[in-house]
Amino acid sequence: MRLSTPNLQLNEQGKLRHFLTLEGLKQHHLTEILDVAESFINPLTGDISKVPSLHGKTIMNLFFEPSTRTLTTFEIAEKRLSADVVNLNIETSSTKKGETLLDTLWNLEAMLVDMFVVRHSESGAAHFIAKHVAPHVHVVNAGDGQHAHPTQAMLDMFTIRKHKGDIFDLKVAIIGDIQHSRVVRSQIQALSILEAREIRVIGPKTLMPSHPEALGVHVYDHIEEGLDGVDVIINVRLQSERMKSALLPSEKEFFNLYGLTKERLSYAKPDAIVMHPGPVNRGVEIDSEVADGHQSVILEQVTYGIAVRMAVMSIIIDNAKQLNTEKQIPKKVTEEARS
Amino acid sequence: MRLLIENARIIDPSQQMDQVSNLYISRGRILAISDTDPEGFTADQVIDGTGKWILPGLVDLHARLAEPGSRYEGNIASETKAAVSGGITTICSPPDTNPVNDTQAVTELIQRRARQAATAFVLPIGAITQGLEGKMLSNMAALKNAGCIALSQASQPIQNPLTLKNAMAYAASNEILLMLRCEDNELKNNGVVHSGVISSRLGLAEIPTSAETTALARDLILAEETGARVHFSQISTARSVEMIADAKKRGMPVTCDVAIHQLHLTEYDVMDFDSLFHVTPPLRTHEDKEALRLGVKMGIIDAIVSDHTPLDRDVKLLPFGESEPGISGLETLLPLTLKLVEESVLDLNTAISALTQRPADILGIHNGSLIEGHYADFSLFNPETPWLLNRSEMVSQGDNSPFQGWEFTGQIETTYFQGRPVYRNNQV
Repeated sequence: MRLSTPNLQLNEQGKLRHFLTLEGLKQHHLTEILDVAESFINPLTGDISKVPSLHGKTIMNLFFEPSTRTLTTFEIAEKRLSADVVNLNIETSSTKKGETLLDTLWNLEAMLVDMFVVRHSESGAAHFIAKHVAPHVHVVNAGDGQHAHPTQAMLDMFTIRKHKGDIFDLKVAIIGDIQHSRVVRSQIQALSILEAREIRVIGPKTLMPSHPEALGVHVYDHIEEGLDGVDVIINVRLQSERMKSALLPSEKEFFNLYGLTKERLSYAKPDAIVMHPGPVNRGVEIDSEVADGHQSVILEQVTYGIAVRMAVMSIIIDNAKQLNTEKQIPKKVTEEARS
Repeated sequence: MRLLIENARIIDPSQQMDQVSNLYISRGRILAISDTDPEGFTADQVIDGTGKWILPGLVDLHARLAEPGSRYEGNIASETKAAVSGGITTICSPPDTNPVNDTQAVTELIQRRARQAATAFVLPIGAITQGLEGKMLSNMAALKNAGCIALSQASQPIQNPLTLKNAMAYAASNEILLMLRCEDNELKNNGVVHSGVISSRLGLAEIPTSAETTALARDLILAEETGARVHFSQISTARSVEMIADAKKRGMPVTCDVAIHQLHLTEYDVMDFDSLFHVTPPLRTHEDKEALRLGVKMGIIDAIVSDHTPLDRDVKLLPFGESEPGISGLETLLPLTLKLVEESVLDLNTAISALTQRPADILGIHNGSLIEGHYADFSLFNPETPWLLNRSEMVSQGDNSPFQGWEFTGQIETTYFQGRPVYRNNQV
């Protein structure tokens, strides 16, 4: 049995080389992302201006699974960093013709790509790709199966920090489909790395992972109990597939048991914020009154997403530059010593 | 050809033997085990066995020899070579070949190829249902008569209980041994890893323990009702061990085996999505592993198998859930079993017995024994040699072993099949 595995996403200095998952990262990795993201946002206007950080770099958005929002925010983030951007929708491309994932990847790598932003329906796909790319190529996970969606989780942390200051000492409740959500897995990891005081998950057992304790969360079967005294409420989208596979009877029953209503919101702290990674199913996970209410921060999350993704990509490229310069210094010294 | 191996430690659970003595071989058969030469015996070759062990050729109840068909890597010639390099001289090959071994023609093809290779004894297992589809019975009696040692569904268990019950009843009236792996497809639900701590963390699709245990419960009840002789293949959970122990206590003639990797690996080994650890049934918890080890120790689990599945590199070079399950296991069956002796989990006799006499008993054959008059299938083993598993040096055409880099003590020097050396370790 292996207890620990070398962290694939860190370079020899312990800095981010890829961004695949939050598991195994330290608090300083996360706060660096949040701080750098903050620096991209104009404090007066709230705008994000264009910077030359990634000028001359080519980023390929490799989406094996359809997405509009994530792809768009990544693309905007990449362009604000002055990178050259190529979008590739593999779903309709070569893998359908029998080319293996690795063949596709190596072909694309030969086109002088510096970074792949990958979305794939298999858990672990981003790890798999990171294991097999050339050493100079970076991988950012834009969602893999039910495993991780680390940039989404980081933008949620950014949003929480904006409203609540330090995440340390907060009580956070996540409602809904925990088992099938890569976003939730990453949120839980981020919250525990940032030492939130308590992480609660609320929902029926059919939507819970088999061993929630492995995630370090407390499970609540009943929403009122779960929301009692929390600072942050995160709602998760409920997909209609769950009804088809008999995990739930109906959307209506789910709303009756777990829907976030104004009345239920009153169990949380009065200044609690309500978040949702979107798209929102009004009347299924959340009542419109709450989604549009003053405690909701749902729309803000979208703009912060651009800044956070810019931060992740620029940190990775900066780390690589630093590593290269430091590697070159001793070489120069030895050359001088020889001459 | 008369061969004498002098002064070796001869271990043969079928004769409750563990002693230093001489092994005499004549015309491919065991002539005697004795401290003095049998009358009139003059050896053509004498080998000094001082400090070495002689082990009966091992009997592996489940190893894919990849022929006919291209689903797996290699062929009967290559994989029997891998087997004897691991001390295995009798191999049961499951019916998930291409075409499926559901006709006499395929059975005979396998037998013919094995005879041509002449490296090890190959016992084909026929398919219970046509094409392994779980619907229509194959000509079960004809397969038995053609030489199938047992019938099974390989990794495609029959889901329909009525079909299974009929297959069992029919097998019972024809005295056919059924080898069944228990798995409920609906509960498996396309899962790829054990439903536990790691699946919860990694978001990989889960296979609950109940996928095995509910099917096992059903199969045990149907076996009791029909009187079929059933052997359960590759059990993987603590609960399964209990259930089989209960059935044995009730006097049912059931037996079972475990794949050797289940006695060493757990769900935690999947932690970094390494597809070499993708197997079916999945690697379970630490508690399951301990219960399986105890099951072997107490004799509830009768045999340890390789569940050898040689795969092409391409089908493992994929994200975990898309990769093919399976481990190339022939070469690590003995070393990993002896590791359990080293770790004081098993005594040597129990360990060797689970690889020789007991699987042979399940099949009702005399292989895996050094009794006088039997074929001289055995290996000469140096218990001191330290070595490291290197995938690139594996004999099997499939190098899909998760045991890369594992250290072992003790190595096979020579394996004999019917008195002929069929494997020699180059390092010796």
